[in-house]
Amino acid sequence: MEVIHLWWIGEQESKEKHLGHVRGHLERAFRLPVSLWAGAERPAEAFDARRKQWSSSRILEWLSRAGPDGKVLGVTDVDLFIPILTFVFGEAQLGGRAAVVSTARLWEPGLPDDRVVLERLAKESVHELGHVFGLLHCDNAGCVMGRSSSVRDVDKKRGELCSSCRGRVARGGGEST
Amino acid sequence: MTGANTRVLIVDDEEIVRESLGGWLEKDGYQVTSAPDGRTAVERMKSERWNVMLVDLKMPGMDGLQVLEEARKLQPDAAVILMTAYATVDTAVQAMKLGAFDYLVKPFDPEELSILMQKVVAQQSLLRENAVLRKALKKEHRFRDLVSKSPAMQRVFELAQVAARSNSTILVLGESGSGKEVLARTIHAESTRAEGPFVAVSCAALTESLLESELFGHEKGAFTGAVSRRKGKFEAAHGGTLFLDEVGDITAKLQLDLLRVLEERKIQRVGGNEPIDVDVRVIAATNRDLKKAVADGSFREDLFYRLNVIPVTLPPLRERKEDIPILVDHFLDRLEAELKRRVQVSPEAMAALLAHDWPGNVRELRNVLERGAVVAQGDVIKSADLGLAPAPAKAASANPPGEPPTLEDVERRHISEVLAHTAGNVSQAARLLGIDRVTLYNKIKKFGLRRDGEEPEPAHG
Repeated sequence: MEVIHLWWIGEQESKEKHLGHVRGHLERAFRLPVSLWAGAERPAEAFDARRKQWSSSRILEWLSRAGPDGKVLGVTDVDLFIPILTFVFGEAQLGGRAAVVSTARLWEPGLPDDRVVLERLAKESVHELGHVFGLLHCDNAGCVMGRSSSVRDVDKKRGELCSSCRGRVARGGGEST
Repeated sequence: MTGANTRVLIVDDEEIVRESLGGWLEKDGYQVTSAPDGRTAVERMKSERWNVMLVDLKMPGMDGLQVLEEARKLQPDAAVILMTAYATVDTAVQAMKLGAFDYLVKPFDPEELSILMQKVVAQQSLLRENAVLRKALKKEHRFRDLVSKSPAMQRVFELAQVAARSNSTILVLGESGSGKEVLARTIHAESTRAEGPFVAVSCAALTESLLESELFGHEKGAFTGAVSRRKGKFEAAHGGTLFLDEVGDITAKLQLDLLRVLEERKIQRVGGNEPIDVDVRVIAATNRDLKKAVADGSFREDLFYRLNVIPVTLPPLRERKEDIPILVDHFLDRLEAELKRRVQVSPEAMAALLAHDWPGNVRELRNVLERGAVVAQGDVIKSADLGLAPAPAKAASANPPGEPPTLEDVERRHISEVLAHTAGNVSQAARLLGIDRVTLYNKIKKFGLRRDGEEPEPAHG
C-alpha cells in the first residue's frame, strides 16, 4: 500500500505538535497511512544567497533524490521562493512524488498563539500533496485545492478536499478542473 | 477562477522563468506553451492562437516591445503582459502605449499575479461574449445580402420575406442605387424558385425593338439580322424569376405586350405564331413615380395594377443614415475577402460618410469605400481617401436669404456637385444621378457647366 512520508526539513527543531496535526489532516484527506520520516539531512544546496531565500524547486529535486520511496512532503520553516515569484507557501511536483510547504509566510506578528498557523499549515500541506496526486486548482467554494496567494485566501478555505477533488484522487488522476 | 480553456504563451530567454511561471499557471489549469525567444514566439503566432502572452522585455535578438508590436498585428485580441526585472517608467509607458494589457516587475507578488490573471480571463471572456453578440446582431440586421437596422428597412425585410413565399408579381420602388436588384435577388433566393434561374433585364438600356426581342426572343428571319432563332429572357427565366429593371421606361407597345404575358402566362417570339407557356415570377422595379406616369397617361393603368400586386419601397440612404456604420462594416467584410486584408475607416472618415447626402445611395457608398480602400495608404481609410465633395456651403447660395432657390438652381448646383465628386466622369455622374448620359450632357450644356463640375463665373452687369 502506498505511504505518505512526512519529513521535517526546517532549520529549527521539529515541532511534534505541528507534524501530528498535519499527519491527521493528510490521513483524512487521502485515506492513506502517513509516516513520520526522521532523516537528519537538510537541503543546504537549495539556499539562494542573492535572494536570501530557499528555492522550493531545488528542495523538490532534493526530496525526490534523498527522500524515502513513496510520496514525500517536506515541512520547513525557511522562506521559500520560485524564480518568478517573491515567495511561495509551498510547491509540489504535479503528478510526481514530492511536495514542500513552509510555515515562514503563514506566521504573522500579532497572532495570539500558533493555532492559526497550525490550521494554515495543515491546509497548505493537503493542498500541495493534492498536486502530487494530480489535482489542479479548484473553483469549488471552500475546497482546499482553491488557489491561495495570501494568508487571507488560506483562511477562507476549509481544510478538506471537495467531493469532486476527492473523487479524482480516488480514481487516481487529476484531469483539468 | 481557474484558467481552463485559456491559452497562455510565455516568452522568456531564461528557462528557469519559463518553467516556474509555466508550472504555476498549469496548476491553475491554464494551457501553457513557452518560447525561448521573440523570433520563435512570433513565428508560432502565425499558426497558433493564444489568449494571453507573458513576454519578457529584455531578451537577446527580438525584445519584448518588438514581440508586443508583432502580437498586436497578428493576434490583436490577445492580452500581452510584459515582464521585466528592471522597472523603468519609460518602458512601462511605452509598453502601455503599444497596447500591452499590463506590466509586471519580476519577481511578482503571488497575489498580484493571481489578480492580474483573473482580470485577463475576465477580459478575454468579455471579448468572446462580445464577438458572439456582434455576430448575432449582424445576423439580426441582415436579410441575406441586405443589411439594415432602420425600422423602415426592417419592414421591407418582413414584407419581402412574406412576398418571397408567394408567387405574386412584386414592384420594387426606390431611387437609383438603393438596392432594388439586390432585393429582387434576395426575394428569389428566399422563394421556392431559388433553384431556378434569376434573370435580370434593364428596360431603359435598349430600344423598343431590341428590348422586345430581348424579352420574348425571335424566330429566324423575324427581322434584318435575326440570323437564327433566339430564346428571350422570359423563356430563360422559366421556373425562376425575371427581374425587369426600369420598367417605367418602356414604350406603350411593350407595356401592352408585357400586360398580355402577365395575364396569360404565355409569350410569343418576335416573328413567331406559337404561344409558349412560361412559368416566371416577375419582379419589376423603377425609380419613376408610376402613379404620376399613369395620371399623365404615359403608363398603362392596367399594367400598373398588374405589377403593383405587392409594392415594396426601398428608402433612400439619406433617410436611414443609422445604417451607414453597419453598411460600411458589411462592405469592408466583402472588401476584406477580395483584397485579403482588413481595412478600417478612421473616425473622421466615418463622420464624413455620415454627413454626406448619398444621391447615389448604397451603390454610391460601396463605390466610395472601394475607392477609399484602393487609395488608402495602409489599412485605414481617411476622409481624404473617400473623394467625397465637401459639404456644400450653405452660405455660398447665390440667392438672397429668405428667397428660396428655383428648381433649376437646385438642379444645376446638384449636377455640378456630383460632377465634382466623380472628377468629371460623366458616365459615373449619370449613374449617380439616375439619368442617362445623353440627358446629362444636355443638362451640362444647358447650364453651361464644365465637365469637372466647376460652375462658370457668373456674368456681371
